Amino acid sequence: MSAVPLEIHDMTVAYHRKPVLWDIDLVAPEGKLIGIVGPNGAGKSTLIKAVLGLIPLASGKVTFYGQPYARQRRLVGYVPQRESVDWDFPVTALDVVTMGTYGQLGWCRRPKARQRRQAKDCLAQVGMEAFARRQIRQLSGGQQQRVFLARALAQDAQIYFMDEPFAGVDAATEQAIVGLLQTLREGGKTVLVVHHDLQTVRDYFDHVILLNMRLIAAGQTETTFTTENLNKTYGGRLTVLDQAAEAVRRGGFTR
Amino acid sequence: MNYLTMIVLLGTSLLGSVAGVLGSFAVLRRRALMGDLLSHAALPGLCLAFIIMGQRHFAGMLGGALVTGLAGVALITLVCRFTRTKEDAALGIVLSTFFGAGVVLSSIIQHQEGGGAKAGLESYIYGQAVGMGRQDLYLIAGVSAAALLVVLLLYKEFKVLSFDSGFARAQGWPVLTLDMTMMGTLALVTVIGLPAVGVVLMAAMLILPGATARFWTNRLGPLLLLSGIIGCLTGGIGTLVSAGLVKEWLGFDPLGFGRSESNLPTGPVIVLCGTAVFLFSVFFAPRRGAIARLWDAVRLRGKIARENLLRTLYELGEPQLPNPPAVSLDQLLRRRAWKRTTARWLLWRAARSGLVQRELDGARLTERGLAEAARLVRAHRLWELFLIQGADIAPDHVDRDADAIEHLLTPEILSQLESGLPTAKLPETGVPTSPHTITANAVSGGKNAVGPPENEEGPLRA
Repeated sequence: MSAVPLEIHDMTVAYHRKPVLWDIDLVAPEGKLIGIVGPNGAGKSTLIKAVLGLIPLASGKVTFYGQPYARQRRLVGYVPQRESVDWDFPVTALDVVTMGTYGQLGWCRRPKARQRRQAKDCLAQVGMEAFARRQIRQLSGGQQQRVFLARALAQDAQIYFMDEPFAGVDAATEQAIVGLLQTLREGGKTVLVVHHDLQTVRDYFDHVILLNMRLIAAGQTETTFTTENLNKTYGGRLTVLDQAAEAVRRGGFTR
Repeated sequence: MNYLTMIVLLGTSLLGSVAGVLGSFAVLRRRALMGDLLSHAALPGLCLAFIIMGQRHFAGMLGGALVTGLAGVALITLVCRFTRTKEDAALGIVLSTFFGAGVVLSSIIQHQEGGGAKAGLESYIYGQAVGMGRQDLYLIAGVSAAALLVVLLLYKEFKVLSFDSGFARAQGWPVLTLDMTMMGTLALVTVIGLPAVGVVLMAAMLILPGATARFWTNRLGPLLLLSGIIGCLTGGIGTLVSAGLVKEWLGFDPLGFGRSESNLPTGPVIVLCGTAVFLFSVFFAPRRGAIARLWDAVRLRGKIARENLLRTLYELGEPQLPNPPAVSLDQLLRRRAWKRTTARWLLWRAARSGLVQRELDGARLTERGLAEAARLVRAHRLWELFLIQGADIAPDHVDRDADAIEHLLTPEILSQLESGLPTAKLPETGVPTSPHTITANAVSGGKNAVGPPENEEGPLRA
């Protein structure tokens, strides 16, 4: 079994036939905090969703520790974007975090005291134990984000994917997330984080993946997060790629 | 109550509770109209099954209804995927097409000799529970038990699917299969409800209990339970009313329902019962209900008005502190855009809670009132200083912002604000001096301001 947590080989992803990510090759090293950085529409979230099988691949292959995702789900934790769910849903913070343990439970088995204890521990790790019984609508945006993080912790995974956990959170939450990321790294976990704030990339991440519809660069932050690479990433989109994608979409539509 | 009525009553109560439970998921997933589609699209299936079998066979007709109902759902998916029609439009098109086909088929059947009466198809449109027999009840009981068992076994799976289907998929649950199981169970329940409630109104049986229960609880488990109970009760009571039994029992007719000779159609009566419970919840539910929210808003406004009064009294008497002078009503009114009666009322209330002492036509802060007022003035001015020093806002702009926020600042925020300021500026009382000259209140624009006073008092008027 390969020791590489995540390997992406020649992956192309399309939405409604329109390619949004082209020919991605990527190897994520074990035990690192990895930032996924790029402009709006670069395909950062798409990369995560495709890797997790939430959108179909147009082509290519993804393996986790040498195996396809279907066999390794227990090893993978996921923090979706906060806007992706209805926060008026009738569940408490603890209910949401307990959902993280559903994977280990399997079909038809209800969470027991052990799972609830695990969920409470995870809430405590993000400093939210006092809010366990709150309905999730009554939490602030940052607190909601921390609940999502706690749910991923409850998945007890080896590799984590986080979709913009820093988006629109308060300073306390940002610090809580940073602390949590470091704890995860100390525990030997691999964490991939979609990140928007270029200023903090150097402080938060060991590695970066620079993305703009195709892979611009990936590697250690020190050597990869350079002005030259950033210019390549942000310096105007490759209009040819855009036009080609549009042509594919239209071709598909009229056929 | 005779044996036949008992069967009908059991049937509709059971139906109501199962429809309530399954419908709750549909409501929470914002798919409430799926039930409407399923029931309307079931009508042609009922008719086709009757034509094929040539007789009224309950289970067979429901089988037909299930097939066309699910076909309707599949058709919407196809229309959305392969045309540019949006989902709501597709739903409208498919729903009315199937319903139209069903009505045409049923009128064809009725024109065949002897067919219409036997089929009783018109009762499927508005529902008539009276015709329910023992076999029908067994079927309803069987389907209900199966549906509840599915929910019981897959509760955890349905919960994560409904809340966050993306996460559920990433966690490895076969989301499509689960979704189809949920939809299929919903379709089954819808179809067995058709004879009693009717095609047109079945959706209400699915939607109303769940939407009602949401007012009373913030947890999924209790919501499903409550929704089941509400569905059961409205189903039962609706049946009794429509069968004229309420009139029989009470000895009089409370709402004049029984005036017509024939029975009222069951479906509409059940729905109206459900609506009554829903409306009751809209108004009277704790916290989420309209009255509870109105009460909260009124209390907040009262608190803000009281706090504004205290701060104004403090600022008017500030030179003479710590011995607060008596302030006249006219002095107050020069500062605040209150009507004379409002100001009097505010003073009366403050006096009643021991914050001020009435003197002549004005008032004087009591010891307790002074402490409370000092706290408010401190909050107000700390915020002003923060805006001036921390956010570089001009001193003549800050009063208005502070006026809105002072009522909401927590002790933690205040101590944070305080620690951000050079302590030399704070006098011993802890109340900083005002960073601007205090004139007629900036929010109201002085006593010439127009408009009712309540418009002036909301924090962060939005």
